[in-house]
Amino acid sequence: MGRYAAQRAAQAAVLLLLVSLVGYAMMSLAPGGPLAVYLHNPQVTPDRIDLLRQQLGLDRPWYLRYAGWLWGLLGGHWGYSYYTGRPVLSMIGERLPATVVLMLSAFALAIVLAFPLGILAATHKYSWGDNLLSFGSFFVWAMPTFWFGLMLQMTLAVRWRLFPVAGIHEIGNGSALDLLRHLAMPAVVLGVGSVASWSRYLRSSLLEALGQDYVRTAQAKGLPRARVLNHHVLRNSLIPVITIMGLDLHVLFSGAVITESIFGWPGMGRLFLSALNNRDYPLQMAGLMISGALLIGGNLLADLAYAALDPRVRYR
Amino acid sequence: MAEDLLAPAGSIASPGRGLSQIAWARFRRHRMAVFGIAVLVAVAGSALAAPWITPYSPITLDADHSLAPPSPQHPLGTDDLGRDEFARVIYGGRVSLLVGFTAMALGTGIGVVLGSAAGYLGGWVDTLVMRFVDLMLSFPAIFLLLILLNWTGGRAPVLMMIAYLGVFGWTGLARIVRAEYLVLREREFVEEARAMGAGSRRIIFRHVLPNAMAPILVQAAFAVAGAILAEAALDFLGFGLPPEIPTWGNLLTQAEDYITTNPVLAVAPGVVITLTVVAVFFIGDALRDAFDVRSR
Repeated sequence: MGRYAAQRAAQAAVLLLLVSLVGYAMMSLAPGGPLAVYLHNPQVTPDRIDLLRQQLGLDRPWYLRYAGWLWGLLGGHWGYSYYTGRPVLSMIGERLPATVVLMLSAFALAIVLAFPLGILAATHKYSWGDNLLSFGSFFVWAMPTFWFGLMLQMTLAVRWRLFPVAGIHEIGNGSALDLLRHLAMPAVVLGVGSVASWSRYLRSSLLEALGQDYVRTAQAKGLPRARVLNHHVLRNSLIPVITIMGLDLHVLFSGAVITESIFGWPGMGRLFLSALNNRDYPLQMAGLMISGALLIGGNLLADLAYAALDPRVRYR
Repeated sequence: MAEDLLAPAGSIASPGRGLSQIAWARFRRHRMAVFGIAVLVAVAGSALAAPWITPYSPITLDADHSLAPPSPQHPLGTDDLGRDEFARVIYGGRVSLLVGFTAMALGTGIGVVLGSAAGYLGGWVDTLVMRFVDLMLSFPAIFLLLILLNWTGGRAPVLMMIAYLGVFGWTGLARIVRAEYLVLREREFVEEARAMGAGSRRIIFRHVLPNAMAPILVQAAFAVAGAILAEAALDFLGFGLPPEIPTWGNLLTQAEDYITTNPVLAVAPGVVITLTVVAVFFIGDALRDAFDVRSR
């Protein structure tokens, strides 16, 4: 197991390196560039632009800049934002807590809702509740995330004033209750897709387990229904669902980018969006690396969880 | 009786009950899928026939009648620049559906060609294609797409948007097609075609492809839905089609500031997107059932 894990981790690291290389090349080779905004500004002279280009190191070829960037990253230096001149790491550090809080609450909400719903759907197959749930899942997947957010703002916040429209805190109010009130709508918007897909996965995986011989044996020897469900069915059905959770990590992150823009949530997503608009290369790369790490790391976690939880999986 | 036994295999399978007929009979049983087709026909039909449905242009400004509430003249009111919202929604369908379907066609084309080559030819082609798919799937697609959009100045003209979405939307299909070809290439009819002297390209596209259509169709339906949603999301993030083009995503984005005063501007395009995508989902789901495709 240890060897398998080390091998997979090394593979993941190589993939992440490739992602950074391709991302850096695409970013640097795109026409325009960070200084393009100044070209049509009469107050910025060509000399000044050349000076800026030199200061930012943009006069060097992209592969040398990539090497420099990578070397810095390995030493823990993520570079300085072209736009604010501040260290990228501290800019991210300020925004990280808000995104983590948002993602964790969406994750928790999805687990709390998806499990009972999935179990009920599987144990009451083809009942009206099960049909309603699969119908509802299709609608949840079909709704544009930002439209769902907009509709919640329109009804719950503007019309009925149950929740604040946007933001993370009232000015001068740092209480946990205030945070929760602001968190409620963004967390629902971000988590609802996962509720739909995880409960569907759990349902089909439970149904598969319910049809197994060992379940019939357990029922035949007179075990109570709850015990069969908890011990024989649920445990075996959890493995694919846990895998999906790992694979969904980066989906939550990219969902967070949209959710943060709707609700004015001061997280990393909006920071990276403005970095993309401003061609702020060091900040863009940080965003790419974080979402790449969540994707590749999530895949790695899912694989390792599979190998650890399912004794039938042999690792080479 | 004896005639039947001696007849070639083609006529034993009674004419008129081919796979497509059986599939259609099963498909029709899904009421939601029939509803889905009705919705899709209505949306696509009104997008195509837009000039006959509404007298208004989706782009002509009318500053005197900005932000008008719904009325008999303007069933969905007008937007901040006085443009008729109903016209914008149905003309917007042209762009959104065009992007959705052509991006799907491009992605499906790439996926079928690469997946079938990998599955049928095997060897180094297979290794190369599948490693490439693995690599593509390791890229955080949305972030990379946003970086790519800098190549066209942060916004995408329609053709580029189709190319971007198509290029990112073929990996899943390639895996499915490959798996299908791995099984099918061992079948007798392929061996027979090879014995008759058919080349690889002919076998891949003329003999095997018709037998692999079912999962491709199912996947294509979900790809349309994905492309429509992705395009709308990019519009919202400000990285989509230029704001002067009426698309459902752009309509929603522009309505964001008026949710208190003119909520219908935000409700209508969202309802249309959701209904269209749900319709496509229902169709895909029923196709999966009708062709008995295992969900992989």
